[in-house]
Amino acid sequence: MQLVCPAGNLPALQAAVDAGADAVYAGLRDQTNARAFPGLNFGDEELRQGIAYAHARGARVYLALNTYPDSARLAQWQAAVDKAAGLGCDAVIVAEMAVLDYAARAHPALPRHLSVQGSATTAPALRYMHERFGIARAVLPRVLSIQQVERLCESAPVPLEVFAFGSLCIMVEGRCQLSSYVTGASPNRHGVCSPAGFVRWEEHADGRRSVRLNRVLIDRFEPAEPAGYPTVCKGRYAVGGETFHALEEPASLNTLELLPRLARAGVAALKIEGRQRGAAYVASVTRTWREALDRYRAAPAQWRPRPGWQSALARHAEGRQTTLGPYHRRWH
Amino acid sequence: MKLSLGPLQYFWPRERTLAFYREAARWPVDIVYLGETVCSKRRELAARDWTALAAELAESGKQVVLSSLALVEAESELGALGRLVEAGGGWIEANDLSAVQLCRLRGVSFVGGPSLNVYNHRALALLMEDGLRRWVPGVEQGEALLRELRAAMLAGGGAMPELEVIAFGRLPLAYSARCFTARALDVAKDQCGFRCIDHPDGLPLATREGRPFLRINGVQVQGEEVTDLGPELPALRALGVDVLRLYPQAEGMAEAVAHFHLARRSPQPPPRIGARNGYWHGGPGMRVDAAS
Repeated sequence: MQLVCPAGNLPALQAAVDAGADAVYAGLRDQTNARAFPGLNFGDEELRQGIAYAHARGARVYLALNTYPDSARLAQWQAAVDKAAGLGCDAVIVAEMAVLDYAARAHPALPRHLSVQGSATTAPALRYMHERFGIARAVLPRVLSIQQVERLCESAPVPLEVFAFGSLCIMVEGRCQLSSYVTGASPNRHGVCSPAGFVRWEEHADGRRSVRLNRVLIDRFEPAEPAGYPTVCKGRYAVGGETFHALEEPASLNTLELLPRLARAGVAALKIEGRQRGAAYVASVTRTWREALDRYRAAPAQWRPRPGWQSALARHAEGRQTTLGPYHRRWH
Repeated sequence: MKLSLGPLQYFWPRERTLAFYREAARWPVDIVYLGETVCSKRRELAARDWTALAAELAESGKQVVLSSLALVEAESELGALGRLVEAGGGWIEANDLSAVQLCRLRGVSFVGGPSLNVYNHRALALLMEDGLRRWVPGVEQGEALLRELRAAMLAGGGAMPELEVIAFGRLPLAYSARCFTARALDVAKDQCGFRCIDHPDGLPLATREGRPFLRINGVQVQGEEVTDLGPELPALRALGVDVLRLYPQAEGMAEAVAHFHLARRSPQPPPRIGARNGYWHGGPGMRVDAAS
């Protein structure tokens, strides 16, 4: 299984490659990718340097072009595909049909991966994308149980990539409008979720803190309580007279213990989430997964998740909590 | 301009559902979308019940479209989808790519549902090659986006499919593998007891300062506000909107249909009966200015 790691900037890309990533994925400094955050992503020259750095060390670079252009901006996404081909990216990760279609026609030799944002959860959906646009790989949305992933590996027309670790979107990716309902800015159209410009923290006299997204109260914290980034899905709300994390509590996905099952199922690649995280996160998480994968490859029958690996990963998890998420039926 | 009844997004008892559509047969709607789009475990009506209902409504002069699930995961759901496409006999509302693929392979015309993620004219043209004949844009696609899309389509020598816009109802915002109703009631999804049936308009979710915010509806999350594009009818007409979609709500649906029926025949836009849909105007979907 290939290890695909996040690169929000050049130092993170280098850290991922140095720590043993087989491939890194990166985005341009605009709204063509789903992590269009200020201070993040690559200009042309940095991307060129990053590709050279990765290729010199045997690693691949995938360019994420995984947002949904409207008609007026389609040309910008097409130009980004041209750029990926021109700079020598090893694949583009695309969600949207018009962009996939353009890439297939203009640069047929540039492999096209279907992004998680493409919301393809079944074999017929994957066959559609394969037959229509010749995708070479698909990243699965984080909604399927491990049994469903195993079955899909058997019937899918292309190799599959699944999320292994990182922040957990609990909604079907590409199908979540919670951010835009509150702020007008969305993952699909603008490459952002709950953008920082809409976040307002309020310190109260008694030491408590409130956090609002575009004036809507997402959560309130006691003085000593840890507080995570306020996405709509991880706030606390009142439902039926009780106040709790009605959609999801802050926690990160960690599938380390499923590694043998994912390998046996024939999963082609494991994806680490976190282009918005720094080089230290990328280095540590990549190193841990590299070691786990290498140990598995050397002796699959003896493989066990090591406590050291799990604690290293938990240090980087949201709220220091990890979950098997949708892979585990109980989560549903 | 035609009126449609969108698919029932909530889970109502069998008798209530049948009574609702018996009444709807007499309403001035032109198109009725039938079937379960949210959760495959909701089976108060079996497939043959929906088919029988479809036949009755067709006899009353309605165009009937069978709607597919927005999130398809299990083999059993794929099987049901295959039967839906086979049995459609007419149109299918394809709410995910699985449905698009099955319609494409069988040469069945389909309506592109709001969860399909079509944001530009090229994607729409590609889907039209596959059999899309009517398109319901997603909730985010507002007036400016649709105007540009239409202009680009026409400029390229293409023709728009029929355009259907969500004009009334709570907006579907997100889908998950997790059932939020089961989570709120502290039961496992696999042993949920079909408790959605107790919440005919979804389960209200409010912020910690008591502001109504979202509706939990099984694996779907909706906005709290019942949106209303009635006052924007002149702009909808100018855009070439062919169909106004009204989503069934538990109460007052006959009145809402009558309101839009009057509005579509009047040159003057009607008074507002629901919340302003901010998405239509390029902003947040919900009203945020009045937040405390």
